[in-house]
Amino acid sequence: MSDVLLEVRNLKQYFPVKSGFKTVPLKAVDDVSFTVNRGETLGLVGESGCGKTTVGRTILHLYEPTSGEILFDGQPVTSGNIGHMRKQMQMVFQDPYSSLDPRMTVEDIIGEPLDVHHLCKSRKERREKILELMSFVGLNAEHARRYAHEFSGGQRQRIGIARALAVDPKFIVCDEPVSALDVSIQAQVINMFEELQEKLGVAYLFIAHDLLVVHHISDRIAVMYLGKIVEIADADELNERPMHPYTESLLSAVPIPDPDITRSRKRILLEGDVPSPLNMPTGCAFRTRCRFATEQCGKECPALTDRGGGHFVACWNK
Amino acid sequence: MSEQHLLSVQDLHTSFFTDAGEVQAVNGVSFNLDPGEILGIVGESGSGKSVSAYSIMRILADTGRVVGGKILFKGEDLSTWSETQMRSFRGKNCSIIFQDPMTSLNPVFTIGNQMKEAVVLHTDKRGAIADDRVVELLELVGINEPKKRVKQYPFELSGGMRQRVMIAMALACEPDILIADEPTTALDVTIQAQILELIQSLQKKMGMAVILVTHDLGVIADMCDNIVVMYGGRICERGTAHEIFYNPRHEYTKGLLRSIPNVNNMKKKLVPISGTPINMLNLPKGCAFCARCDAAMKICLSTPPEELSINENHRAACWMNVKELYETEEAAQ
Repeated sequence: MSDVLLEVRNLKQYFPVKSGFKTVPLKAVDDVSFTVNRGETLGLVGESGCGKTTVGRTILHLYEPTSGEILFDGQPVTSGNIGHMRKQMQMVFQDPYSSLDPRMTVEDIIGEPLDVHHLCKSRKERREKILELMSFVGLNAEHARRYAHEFSGGQRQRIGIARALAVDPKFIVCDEPVSALDVSIQAQVINMFEELQEKLGVAYLFIAHDLLVVHHISDRIAVMYLGKIVEIADADELNERPMHPYTESLLSAVPIPDPDITRSRKRILLEGDVPSPLNMPTGCAFRTRCRFATEQCGKECPALTDRGGGHFVACWNK
Repeated sequence: MSEQHLLSVQDLHTSFFTDAGEVQAVNGVSFNLDPGEILGIVGESGSGKSVSAYSIMRILADTGRVVGGKILFKGEDLSTWSETQMRSFRGKNCSIIFQDPMTSLNPVFTIGNQMKEAVVLHTDKRGAIADDRVVELLELVGINEPKKRVKQYPFELSGGMRQRVMIAMALACEPDILIADEPTTALDVTIQAQILELIQSLQKKMGMAVILVTHDLGVIADMCDNIVVMYGGRICERGTAHEIFYNPRHEYTKGLLRSIPNVNNMKKKLVPISGTPINMLNLPKGCAFCARCDAAMKICLSTPPEELSINENHRAACWMNVKELYETEEAAQ
């Protein structure tokens, strides 16, 4: 059994967008490749609109990929077998308010994946499994008959996690699972993710924009910019020795909750805004905001290359 | 009378009268603001931080009312001011920028049109001179091609640009106080860094006082001279940034700092604050935080703690400090 659980190869996800009379492709994810090992957490960070959520959704075939391959446990994931595959990969969504059906009780929400995959033989078994899952994520048995609106944001996120865990998945895509929560509640949910990983050995693709949280929870981190991965490295390595100029400025922009550290740091401010993905710059997408941009950056897009120790960077100048 | 502050909020009580009953959103909040100071108000959602700011500006929702306390601006009691006086106060003396720059700009008017309105309302500039002022303000907040931007509508601008327009509008009359209510929460980190840098540089340039309302401890650590920590409509702790971060003396502040990733030791396990935020309809008799506090004692349940001075730059409202004080006194005897 190899260590690699999920392998994404040259994944592309283009959305058709009408622009005047023409339909042009919006390159939400453009040639992305990475792997996730068993029981590992890969953090995926980037600004809004960089395609990180699309990557997560495309892996689960919530969108049909334009091209590229997704291998789960060595087996290709296709629209034909995805129904079966979702027994092993699940998703936790960002918004705990809209991702739960308001007309279903907690019991039915968590029970639905069990029903879909015919995992329980009897009603009694189903009920027991649901209660076990609920206690796993820190919900009381008495909550089973309640509806989603009766819960707070943090509790709803727990329901969403219990639903994802119902099928005993090996891999969960966590799409901004804590960003809608208050700081004091965030820590509760983050700890739960970590405990579940220790107990069940589940791997996460942890998508978030809060870099401190991602650094805390991830083993490795991938940084995305305009549909491409610009850097992947071990979490500590990435934070200590960022190589790509985008990663550098992204990290320097994070306000650190420690007055001495944050005030002694120098911010590398980026000029302007992210270019529109409909009108991408030629060559390296970041060159319009990059301090080091040269002529070559405009001509050709740099590929992700290994700079030693699993530190991959896509930049001509580093 | 002691020295006069630019803004002095004294024992402010603000309530919302809803169908479900009175919600005491702000429950005896006092703080002072001096010229050129950046004051941070930090707390979770529902802690009353925004309501405190809105009470100063008197822009509460219809159901909300200031039910007690005083707000003094340069020594004058704002509650005695008429609505007309308040109108000139807003904008001229005190401006506010909101969290969501999309909903706080009017979508059917151009940027120039909306900004000119503020300039005409509060200054004696008219016509072409007012137009020039608008362009000048846009330049001030670092918007490129300001002449082109004035003709654009809010939907044509990105989130960061819109927030810059909001800041430019708020600065139209060079107010004494700028209230920034979660100014960067809706923005990406790199854009957030730009906006924070802008607020800092403008604050230095114009010497105004800033009240920064946020839930982000990182932003607070970066920006603020003094910090007020709020929970359940009350102030738990106040002090200089240094004191709050390195010497927290309220269990809630300590909990908050433990629940975020530690920069020096990233893999250290987070210690969450147990339980859920309090229900503001049903405030406890004692300390608002006692239901979630691991160190809660009997007295915490029955009596709300008074603020105690830790040192000249630091005050906290926690019974633990009183206990410590007794214990050290006893030990001394």
